[in-house]
Amino acid sequence: MDIKRRQFLKIAGLSTIAGIGAPAAFNLLLKGETSPVSYASSGGSAEASHDDAPAGVRLGMVIDQKVFDANIGLAQKCVTACHTVHNVPDFGKDNKKDAIKWIFEVPFEKAFTNKSHYHRNAHLHDSDFLVLCNHCDNPPCVRACPTKATFKRKDGIVAMDYHRCIGCRFCMAACPYGMRSFNWRDPRPFIDQTKHNKEFPTRMRGVVEKCNFCVDRLARGLQPACVEATGNTGAMVFGDLNDSHSKIRKVLDENFTIQRKPALGTQPSLFYII
Amino acid sequence: MYDGKLIIPGLLIFLVLMISPILFNGLDAGPVPKPEKPVGVTKCVKSAQYMRTSHMKVLDDWRDETLRDGDRTPVEIDGVKYEKSLMNGCLKCHTDKKKFCDECHVYTSVKPYCWDCHYVPKETF
Repeated sequence: MDIKRRQFLKIAGLSTIAGIGAPAAFNLLLKGETSPVSYASSGGSAEASHDDAPAGVRLGMVIDQKVFDANIGLAQKCVTACHTVHNVPDFGKDNKKDAIKWIFEVPFEKAFTNKSHYHRNAHLHDSDFLVLCNHCDNPPCVRACPTKATFKRKDGIVAMDYHRCIGCRFCMAACPYGMRSFNWRDPRPFIDQTKHNKEFPTRMRGVVEKCNFCVDRLARGLQPACVEATGNTGAMVFGDLNDSHSKIRKVLDENFTIQRKPALGTQPSLFYII
Repeated sequence: MYDGKLIIPGLLIFLVLMISPILFNGLDAGPVPKPEKPVGVTKCVKSAQYMRTSHMKVLDDWRDETLRDGDRTPVEIDGVKYEKSLMNGCLKCHTDKKKFCDECHVYTSVKPYCWDCHYVPKETF
């Protein structure tokens, strides 16, 4: 078998082209049949369209500031109830750097940064507003998390799996509401041993934490701790936003409500009656 | 061989050091751990053999099911319901961490970080 140099180069060149081209052609033809490997689901897609009305259960909350204004100390009661139930450490008032907050009070201009604060009335000027995780329908924190430690559940709750959290704090940077806290130090020594909840774990140093809408309490048929703390004042209403017969929908239908930074398109599940 | 006078004794010393655990202990792996079983309960959520080898898998599966899928239906064995939880499930029967968990974990030199967050029964931290 005699092969000329010129023939050899021709065959070699053609085989190279075929070798490079074939996988690309196969990928094009088989497109959409591969699935990314993942052992833990992150729930709903974070990149959901803004126009789609989400189907199924979507849990949300209405906070009635008028009731909180009429009942001084009620907001603090909610904060204490939440932080006791979830073993949130208390580093003291002076240590703001390490503070862990699931639900807390902020003035109007901090809660609603996109609203005009010019000549606002005394009510908006003086009252503090309860803020907590908005459990967005389009949560930026979920998109930012590289380990799927934070994820959106089917019922709309944006929850966290602290086992998976590597403490990169991308979610804290992504959250436009600042509702996430980082454990700069071991929280355990700062949890009140006389009051802590033995049914709920603590966190460890190096993980991010936030409000979980009391998933564990909801599973037992209870209301979230903060809602329970308000008693029957109606200061907080919790329920399914997609259920047209729910109490929360009735409250939303009857009142003018505002949301925090709605223009960002995160679609928060929290509403405020001002 | 250059420097054979040094290399061969060196190799011998290295070999003796490497097999020294076997020379000292023979093939004895020390006393086998005996984790204390809970009193009054005969059955676990899975067979004892499965739990011995794969309890960590059970815990991981429970975590993903409860947290991610929201499926908290208790595991029912012989009419007894067990919550899918380490603190509120496993540790309700296995109340003594030192005599149950640590027994094997210390023996096999495994250091699970469960207890960084989860409470041990009757724990003061």
